[in-house]
Amino acid sequence: MLTPFKRPSVLPGFWPAFSYTALYLTVIVLIPLSAVFLKAVSSSWEHLWKAISAPNVVASYRLSFGASLVAGLISVVVGFLVAWVLVRYEFPGKALADALVDLPFALPTAVAGIALTSLYTENGWVGRYLTPLGIKVAFTPLGVVVALTFIGLPFVVRSVQPVLADADRELEEAAASLGATRRQIFWRVILPIVRPALFTGFALALARALGEYGSVIFISGNLPMKTEITPLLIVSKLEQYDYAGATAIAAVMLIASFALLLGVNALQRRTRRFMETE
Amino acid sequence: MAISSIPLAETGKSDRRAPRSVGAGGLGGAAAARPKQPAAQDPAVVRWGLTVLALGLLGLFIVLPLAAVFVQAFSKGVAVYLAAVREPDTLSAIKLSLLAAGIAVPLNLVFGVAAAWAVTKFRFRGRNVLVSLIDIPFAVSPVVAGLIYVLVFGAQGWLGDWLSAHDIRIVFAVPGIVLATIFVTFPFVARELIPLMESQGTEEEEAALVLGASGWQMFYKITLPNIKWGLLYGVVLCTARALGEFGAVSVVSGHIRGETNTLPLHVEILYNDYNYAGAFAVASLLSVVAVVTLALKKFLEWKTGQESK
Repeated sequence: MLTPFKRPSVLPGFWPAFSYTALYLTVIVLIPLSAVFLKAVSSSWEHLWKAISAPNVVASYRLSFGASLVAGLISVVVGFLVAWVLVRYEFPGKALADALVDLPFALPTAVAGIALTSLYTENGWVGRYLTPLGIKVAFTPLGVVVALTFIGLPFVVRSVQPVLADADRELEEAAASLGATRRQIFWRVILPIVRPALFTGFALALARALGEYGSVIFISGNLPMKTEITPLLIVSKLEQYDYAGATAIAAVMLIASFALLLGVNALQRRTRRFMETE
Repeated sequence: MAISSIPLAETGKSDRRAPRSVGAGGLGGAAAARPKQPAAQDPAVVRWGLTVLALGLLGLFIVLPLAAVFVQAFSKGVAVYLAAVREPDTLSAIKLSLLAAGIAVPLNLVFGVAAAWAVTKFRFRGRNVLVSLIDIPFAVSPVVAGLIYVLVFGAQGWLGDWLSAHDIRIVFAVPGIVLATIFVTFPFVARELIPLMESQGTEEEEAALVLGASGWQMFYKITLPNIKWGLLYGVVLCTARALGEFGAVSVVSGHIRGETNTLPLHVEILYNDYNYAGAFAVASLLSVVAVVTLALKKFLEWKTGQESK
C-alpha cells in the first residue's frame, strides 16, 4: 500500500512553506553544490587523480587532518574541564565566563587569525615566553593547532554542558556511599554519562576544523609543503585559474566532511535512543 | 559547521546544585559526621584548583586574543585608530558588509520560518532528509562555499557565457558576495526554530483555528509570540556571521578595494600591507559586534528562562 506523502492536518500553509523551503534550498545550496561534483567528474580521472595526489596536496591533507585531530583532542580535555567548572561550581564572574565560551563562534575568523598571530609571534604576549624555551608557534604546524583549538573549544563545552547539568547527582552519591573512590566515580559514573556528548563535541570541532580557513591562514604563514592547509590550496589554485584542480580538492573535502556529518548524526540518534530507553 | 547547533534552551542550567544530604547522610556513622557536605561534593582545594585552571585556560585561549585586538588597535594612539576607521576604503567596506547582511538576513529569516513551519508542524515523507539538507552549509568549508558560486557564475562556469553576453557580473562583484553570505548563514534561523517549534507542538495553533482564527491571525497571534526570542536569537547569530564571514566571501570577491571589500577582507588587506594598527582598528569594530552578539545571547537566554517560569 502506498503511504500518502503527508499526514492530514488541520493547520494551513504546508504547501507554500514546503515548496518555498524546497525551492530556496535547491537554488541556493543544492544546485551550486552539485556543480562541484559535476565539474570534478567532467575532467579525466587521470587529471583528477593528479590534482588530488600531488605532493603538496597530500602534505596539506596530513597537516589539516593531523592538526584538526590534535586540536579536537585538546578541545575535549579543556572543554570538559570548562564545562565541569561551569556546571558544578559557583564562583564570581561565572556568567561572564559562560558567555565568553561562545566568543570563537561570534568573532570573525579573520579577526581571530590576526589576533592569535600577534599573540604567538616571537615578541607577542605569549610568544615571548615560549621563544626562550625553544617553542615556535606562529608560522609552524603548532600555530595551526592553536587556531583550531580556539575554533573547536566551544563545540565541546556546549555539547557537554547540558548533559552534565542533567546528570543525576544521586548516582555519584550512591557510588560514594557504596565506597567508591573519587577516581572510580569519575571513570565509572561520570565519564560514561558524558562520553557521547564528548564524542559529539569532538566530531563537531573536527568537522569545523577541517574546513577552517580565516583563523588559520595568518598564524600558519602558509609555507609550501609545511604549513599549507587544504582550503588554502583550493584558494591558491583558484588564483592560478586552475578551476579543475581546485574543484577536485574541494570534492575530496566535501566527501570527508559529509562522511563526518553523517557519523555525527548517527551518533546523536544512537545517544538519543540510549537516553530514551533509560 | 554549527555555530548554533546547540539550541538556546539547552544551555540553561538546571538547578541541581542544592546540597542533598539525604543520600549519604542516611547511612549514619561516618557520613553523619559531615552532614553539610554531600558525599560526591568535591573538596574545596579541588574545586578552586579546577576553577582557577579552567578560567586560566579560558583566559589564554579566548580572552587574550580579544584583548589583543583592542590593545593593538590603539597601539599607535587614538588619532591613528580614528583615521583608520574613517578611511574611505573602510567606510565602503562597512557599507558593503551591511548591504550583504541586510539582504542575507531577511531572506534567511523568511526561509527559516517557512522551513521550520513545514518541518515541525507537519509529518511528511522525507522530513528527516529535509532537516539534514538544511544543515549542509554548516558542513561545507567556507572556501568551498565560495568556490561553488565561481563554478556556476564565473567566466568558465555554467552560466559564464550567458552572463558575459548580457554584461552581468556576479562573481568578483557585489552579487557574488551577497550569494556567498546567504549560503554561509543559510541554516541559522531554521536551526534555532526547528527544535523550539518541535517542542511546542501544534495544539495552540489548532485551538486558534477551531475558535475561528484565519491562517495569518493564527500565525501572528499564536506562533510568532511563541517563537519570538528564538527567532531573534537566530537573527542575531545570522547577522554576526554575515558581517564576519571571511573565507567564502574572499573567494568570490576579487578583492577590489573600495568596491568588493567587506570588513573582514579589508582587515586582511591592511594586515598584508603591514598596516597592523589599521588592520586591528578595523578588526576592533568586528570584535565589538561579536561582544554585542554574546551579550544579546545572554539576554535572550535570560528572557526565555523568565518566560518559561
